[in-house]
Amino acid sequence: MKGDGARIALLHGAVLALLFLAQFVAGDYVQLSLTRIMVLAIYAMGYNLLYGYTGLLSLGHAMFFATGLYVAAIGTTRIGLGVPEVFLLAIAIGALVSLAIGGLALRASGVAFMIVTLMFSQAAFLTILYFGEYTRGDEGIVIADSIRRFGFLGMTVDLASATLRYNLALALLAIAMGVCLAIVRSPLGHVLIAIRENESRATMLGYDVTRYKLFAVVVSGTLSATAGAAYALMFAYAGSTLASIQYSIHPLLWTLLGGAATVLGPLAGTAVMYAVVDIASGFTTANLLAVGVVLILLVLFFRKGLLGTVRQRWLPWLP
Amino acid sequence: MSFFPHLLLAVLEGAVAAATLALTALGLSLVFGVMRVVNVAHGEFYMLGAMVAWWLSQLVPAHPLLGFLLALIGAPLAVGAVAFATERLVLRRIGYDPEATIVATIGLMFLIQQLALSVFGADAKPVNAPFTYRIVFPWFGYSGYKLFVVAASAVLLLCVWWVMSRTRFGLIMRVTQFDRETATAFGIPVGRVYSAVFVAGAAIVAIAAVLLVPIQQAHYLMGLDPLLMSFIVVIIGGLGSLKGSVIAALAIGLLGGIVSVFFSPTFAAIIATLLVAFILVIRPQGFFGAPAR
Repeated sequence: MKGDGARIALLHGAVLALLFLAQFVAGDYVQLSLTRIMVLAIYAMGYNLLYGYTGLLSLGHAMFFATGLYVAAIGTTRIGLGVPEVFLLAIAIGALVSLAIGGLALRASGVAFMIVTLMFSQAAFLTILYFGEYTRGDEGIVIADSIRRFGFLGMTVDLASATLRYNLALALLAIAMGVCLAIVRSPLGHVLIAIRENESRATMLGYDVTRYKLFAVVVSGTLSATAGAAYALMFAYAGSTLASIQYSIHPLLWTLLGGAATVLGPLAGTAVMYAVVDIASGFTTANLLAVGVVLILLVLFFRKGLLGTVRQRWLPWLP
Repeated sequence: MSFFPHLLLAVLEGAVAAATLALTALGLSLVFGVMRVVNVAHGEFYMLGAMVAWWLSQLVPAHPLLGFLLALIGAPLAVGAVAFATERLVLRRIGYDPEATIVATIGLMFLIQQLALSVFGADAKPVNAPFTYRIVFPWFGYSGYKLFVVAASAVLLLCVWWVMSRTRFGLIMRVTQFDRETATAFGIPVGRVYSAVFVAGAAIVAIAAVLLVPIQQAHYLMGLDPLLMSFIVVIIGGLGSLKGSVIAALAIGLLGGIVSVFFSPTFAAIIATLLVAFILVIRPQGFFGAPAR
């Protein structure tokens, strides 16, 4: 356990370093794709904390992602807040929303928890459509480039610059990865895993299970909202499609594919699935077909996912 | 229009809505009740049923009644076959694990949706009602077919109730629902019962689709609404309680029919989904369901 710290730091540092170096060899298109993958991977990492480690399957994470997305989009275009302020505000509101939803949804468990989260998320999606005057429904809000250029600590930051965007996404990913590693390797993380493995036993050992679960929902939802805000600000768009059920399923798929309950799994899953959909969309428009087939195949033949299998076969110390 | 005719119209619309809800939720309720798994692809089975109904109806353009009767046989067979394949190839292999079943049926949902899009195209497909009789009240005319749907759904509900409570097969299903291990110990082929129940649930929702497609339209994205509405009905009625589902469908349908006169559909949908979430939060076992054992 103690000796693992060094190699874990080395492995995750190496992944981040590789991603940093990738920008010098990648073309424009690959660079943009990697930026997107990194932002979406933060979303998936947040999801994994709840599903992979705590064992709570949420079917409504799109509402947390959309919270960040719309706070950022409406805050900048309608209220006239600056980008750094709106980003922090989105994280704060994301935390509040996940606290409220978590407090309610955790009263249900098992299948009921999944359906409650699905219902809340659907209500949020319909609310976005209902207030189409402010959210512009599925047409979406476009954030002008002039808003995305701002002064910060004496420098001029332009989010339309591809290189800057790439490195910002990488920095956010590094922070999210750090948060996940810290939680997962702490005693707290071990309690979360204990809850996943046997909830009644964790209760019997004297842990306040509901509070630990609520903590997991809040961290997970806040990371999702952070990813949503970053997505809106970096790619200058917020639309209701990004709040639909499909976007609640995506992080589940990425997590399962990469390996639930591995810190690097969501990143790997997001990257692979992004590539699969990208290749599939070259010769068919039905990229959801790929999503459906991969989901079924994963459940049938590949329950542990990519990194889960790696951990089982070769690297038992993988967090 | 004065108050009484208005109320009559609202009640009629409510009765149709209640029948729609009960019909679409029946299959989901049956599958959840006996197998304790949530089939997220339920809405897509409904969509498939509607698509088959459309396809058969335009094969025999002679008379809509002929197409309707053909669809009443063809749709449950086709959708039942898809369900049978799903049960054998996927659900059985993952051992009906609740979580894995949800993930797998989500995959199936996307799969069926996209296949329907590529095969049938993205445009909505109208299907003619088998007959166009109009009931004329002193104040307004009302579609006779809609009332036929109400009657047909009552008959279908009675059939399912009769099978469940009065036949040997119903007894076997109830035993399996009550305790899977004991049922196995008594020599009940639980695997075959699960197959049959899953196929029956799909066939029932396909019949519902055939009945309802003339008053809706067939479209490849039409499955999501019935899925969410079925969830609502099944949850409020109590997961796994057929009686509860029917009562919930009646209450929600009548209420919805009346409310939709006053509010926009989106707003009504927001209220309904929030209501369900809160009911589940307060009473996770619903109003008629037994607490999870």
